[in-house]
Amino acid sequence: MYNQDFFFQALIYLAATVVTVPVAKKLGLGSVLGYLTAGIVIGPAVFGLVGSEAGKVMHFAEFGVVLMLFVIGLELQPSLLWKIRRSIFGLGGLQVLITAIVLAGLALLFNFKINRAIAIGLILALSSTAIVLQTLTEKGLLQNAAGRSAFSVLLFQDISVVPILAIIPLLATMNGKIDFSDSELNRITDMSALSGWLQLLIIIAVIAFIIIGGRFIARHIFRLIAETGMHEVFTAMALLLVIGIALAMDKIGLSPALGTFLAGVVLADNEYRHELETTINPFKGLLLGLFFISVGASINFALFIKDPFLILGFVILLMTVKFIVLFMLGRFFRLRKGYDYLFAFLLAQSSEFAFVLISFSKQNLLFDEHTAGLMLLMVTLSMAISPLLLIFNEKALAPFLSRKQNKTEYDYVESSDNQIIIAGFGRFGLVVGRLLLANNYKVTIIDSNPANVEILRKFGFKLYYGDVTRPQVIEQAGIKHAKLVILSMAEYDEALKVADYIKKNYPHVKILARAKDIYHAFEFFKRNVNIVQREVFDSAAELGEKALVQLGFTRYEAYRATRTFKHHEKQVLLDLYTLWKEDENRFIQETRRFSEQLSEMLQAEKDYVIHETDYAWNVNSIMEEAESENDSKSKGKNRKK
Amino acid sequence: MTDSVKNLNGITLNNLYEKYPDFYIDIIQEQQLLIEHDIIVLQHPFYWYSAPAILKEWFDLVLQHGFAYGEKGRSLEGKQVLSVISTGGNKEVYSKEGRNHYTINEFLVPFRQSANLCRMDYLPPYVIFGSHTITPAEIEVHSAKYKKMLTALRDNQWESSQLESVEYMNELTD
Repeated sequence: MYNQDFFFQALIYLAATVVTVPVAKKLGLGSVLGYLTAGIVIGPAVFGLVGSEAGKVMHFAEFGVVLMLFVIGLELQPSLLWKIRRSIFGLGGLQVLITAIVLAGLALLFNFKINRAIAIGLILALSSTAIVLQTLTEKGLLQNAAGRSAFSVLLFQDISVVPILAIIPLLATMNGKIDFSDSELNRITDMSALSGWLQLLIIIAVIAFIIIGGRFIARHIFRLIAETGMHEVFTAMALLLVIGIALAMDKIGLSPALGTFLAGVVLADNEYRHELETTINPFKGLLLGLFFISVGASINFALFIKDPFLILGFVILLMTVKFIVLFMLGRFFRLRKGYDYLFAFLLAQSSEFAFVLISFSKQNLLFDEHTAGLMLLMVTLSMAISPLLLIFNEKALAPFLSRKQNKTEYDYVESSDNQIIIAGFGRFGLVVGRLLLANNYKVTIIDSNPANVEILRKFGFKLYYGDVTRPQVIEQAGIKHAKLVILSMAEYDEALKVADYIKKNYPHVKILARAKDIYHAFEFFKRNVNIVQREVFDSAAELGEKALVQLGFTRYEAYRATRTFKHHEKQVLLDLYTLWKEDENRFIQETRRFSEQLSEMLQAEKDYVIHETDYAWNVNSIMEEAESENDSKSKGKNRKK
Repeated sequence: MTDSVKNLNGITLNNLYEKYPDFYIDIIQEQQLLIEHDIIVLQHPFYWYSAPAILKEWFDLVLQHGFAYGEKGRSLEGKQVLSVISTGGNKEVYSKEGRNHYTINEFLVPFRQSANLCRMDYLPPYVIFGSHTITPAEIEVHSAKYKKMLTALRDNQWESSQLESVEYMNELTD
């Protein structure tokens, strides 16, 4: 049947994805590990459902990386890119250089010739854009210091693929075994026959075309297509754009990923940015998944079984070297507080570019079959191990580090006779604290975020770095003679524990608490903490009030409508609390929690009719009466008002 | 002064500013309170010759057409209303010759007529003059009189003719 084979393959890949990825996510392992496992399972090692074509699939799926960089480019304003130029070239450059030198040195020790050693060093110095960026996006780490540094390094590595591709044939000539001829170089690019200057000119022209086209022309084309109202044409347009750029880049010998990244950055200011992103995202996700699966499927277990310890030893050596270099660079570039570890763990694997570079080297007879196979296996294994390392960092190392750090650095809270203790001085506590301070109350403030403490101290706030869940901290803060404790911390479960402790040992102290949502508020009610403020409710209601004004309410009408709503909400809350108390043991799944809350709230609301407060100004009944009075006036009866 | 009457039997203290700091008056509840009581005392300082804003808001919202006045608004019929006010100026200031040109009773005409519209009896007001210079001892005296007046009204000790005969309730408690 037509293309039966293709659909059977698709069936296997899709089924493997649908089964393993959700399981891996549920277990907290992240999607990358899920895809890799899926690949191993369907690959030759276990079921053998996919075979040698996995390699071809992988090359096809590498396009996922291209799409990913396009999407990341879309989210990156040019100004932001300019800001991180130092870490791209400084941190990224040093990483590639130092790692390559150390790895090449090690290769020399294993009796590789200098030219091969250099190639090995350069190829293995790169890290996997696909794995790292997927992980960063999934965990929302792109914005933190470690994530941004990792991104800079990856960007530099992408740039450096181009010169590495150029160097490999040169290194191959040093072998002396083959005559290096133009035909070898022709494999890199089609235009190498042209002179160097012309090549450079073409490269500049193409990049200029992308920038100018993206800035000034793309907008109009997108609008024309959007106006047709046919979404699939827009999808086709988006794919055309990315594939076109990728091919053009390939032709001029630049990395396609880099080219589309550039295009993404240029389009970041475009009004169709969001549309482009949502259009490309599913393709990106599927292709990346396919890529990870094919990596898993292509792990050469036969080769591995032959000499498992040697290979494992190599992989460990490789990753250790990369880790140490990264860690030291991270420290040097002032990554602190566990970010140095995260940064090093993130980038300790090898890159998908290595697949291309290794086979390219083999074509150039730089590596023999055995070396190439071994290196491919090392790269794949390092990619498979790297998600495990990240889990180790997240689950074991990071908590340990933060605990260790906290133990040594907590401030000693001076005893004072302040009657008010504020626990948690972030966005929420700050407002509470300022209001009290503005009214000349002295407060003892405790916060567990060192960065926060540092900044606020600069502004003259007297606050202590400490963890209120530890009894000695709250004792030192003077709970004994405190009148009020304000639990404004964002660690919601901890806040409940603190409330328990205070209620048990100092029942006379009044507790005022910030609640995450109604269930959290109920937990406080249950502990007899009755002054509870839901952290977003009032602000949200007030924004709603502003919406009413925009809709034509007078400001006072809007104010009253909002007041009514808030008072009514109080009643709903009490009702829900009674319900909740009766059925307290009911298991509420964390994920369903919000929707459940919403439906219960709306249900409770149905049972009330918001009573018409402004009835007083509803003049209808007066008008009716006035009319009937007018009728009776004729009978000589006159009444007031 | 309110302290002296807040725990009396049959008397409910309804502090509007304490109950409705945001002026959001619960109309249903306030109407219920009115229905449950026979005598309504409006106790307030005499700001700008009238009541503080929240009491005006209370009038605006609680005394609805159809509840307090109008053809069908007879919920308050026959109840008594009494203003208890404190003023900065003394009694002489509140006279034709004085700085304020009018008497307290003249200023209170809107209250009296509002009561009329609701078919209620408007009693003579109890006035504490010269509150700016009042001494704690004098407050004590007023508190005792206030308490005496409220219990007397509660227990129906004064004839309606007696009540009609005085300009200020102060005269009955002296």
